Amino acid sequence: MYLNMEILDNNLIVKLKGELDHHTSEEVRKKIDKQYNGSSVSNIIMDLNELTFMDSSGIGLIMGRYRNTVDKRGKLIIACENMTIKRILDMSGLLKIIELYPKLDEATNNI
Amino acid sequence: MENNHMKLEFLSKSNNESFSRVVVAAFASQLDPTLEELSDIKTAVSEAVTNAIIHGYEYGEGVIVIESTISGNTIEITVSDSGKGIDNLEEAMEPFFTSKPNLERSGMGFTVMETFMDSLVVESLDGKGTMVKMTKHIKNISDKER
Ligand SMILES: Nc1ncnc2c1ncn2[C@@H]1O[C@H](COP(=O)(O)OP(=O)(O)OP(=O)(O)O)[C@@H](O)[C@H]1O
Ligand SMILES: [Mg+2]
Repeated sequence: MYLNMEILDNNLIVKLKGELDHHTSEEVRKKIDKQYNGSSVSNIIMDLNELTFMDSSGIGLIMGRYRNTVDKRGKLIIACENMTIKRILDMSGLLKIIELYPKLDEATNNI
Repeated sequence: MENNHMKLEFLSKSNNESFSRVVVAAFASQLDPTLEELSDIKTAVSEAVTNAIIHGYEYGEGVIVIESTISGNTIEITVSDSGKGIDNLEEAMEPFFTSKPNLERSGMGFTVMETFMDSLVVESLDGKGTMVKMTKHIKNISDKER
């Protein structure tokens, strides 16, 4: 699992690369939270386009980060075009509360 | 496809999640599945194995057994643990039910298995363990648009 984070304006941009499961999600969660809580940004943009695998652990991760952005009066949005991952996001009801764009630049432009 | 069978046994360590789903996917590849069918299988196996690790063996490490049988164009996969078992199976299988919301679990594991596979049967004995049996029919190449 490879994680890349960048702060741009009021947004924390998180790019995830590799396999997101129960084993890898705990470290990802800690790193994102440390960065998000330690800075003044209020939005999170999660780019899932370089994930090669995600199971329901990813839902838990996104849900938890979404709650953190609500607490900071910010927004969380997702960039993803992977069909299998989109099916899981849809199944979980997350897409009713979180906006999804195919590509990162579209997500960044729409936050 | 000739019938085939395999059995895999491993400790309930979280770094075995990736290893075990990849083994099952490699076994399933003899049926010449599409990438989508393969990722469905990987995801379902990952859900069952993760459940065995975080729920079944929450009080200590144990052994997880995966068996898989190919018959015709169907793959059957069972994931078993000898952990704590599930006392209320009906409730456990409901979408969004989780006994561990504090661990950021979403309660979607069984729903994912049900959706990505063709059948799902769960047997559990409180205090004895849990067995998840799933099957998926892999379409013939000629039926597929590749
Ligand atoms: N192998 C198991 N042993 C004991 N309890 C289990 C097992 N598998 C599932 N359960 C119980 O069933 C509940 C629902 O499982 P499910 O996989 O649907 O959700 P979850 O694991 O809680 O969350 P998620 O899979 O979304 O991360 C679990 O919270 C747990 O209480
Ligand atoms: Mg689960």
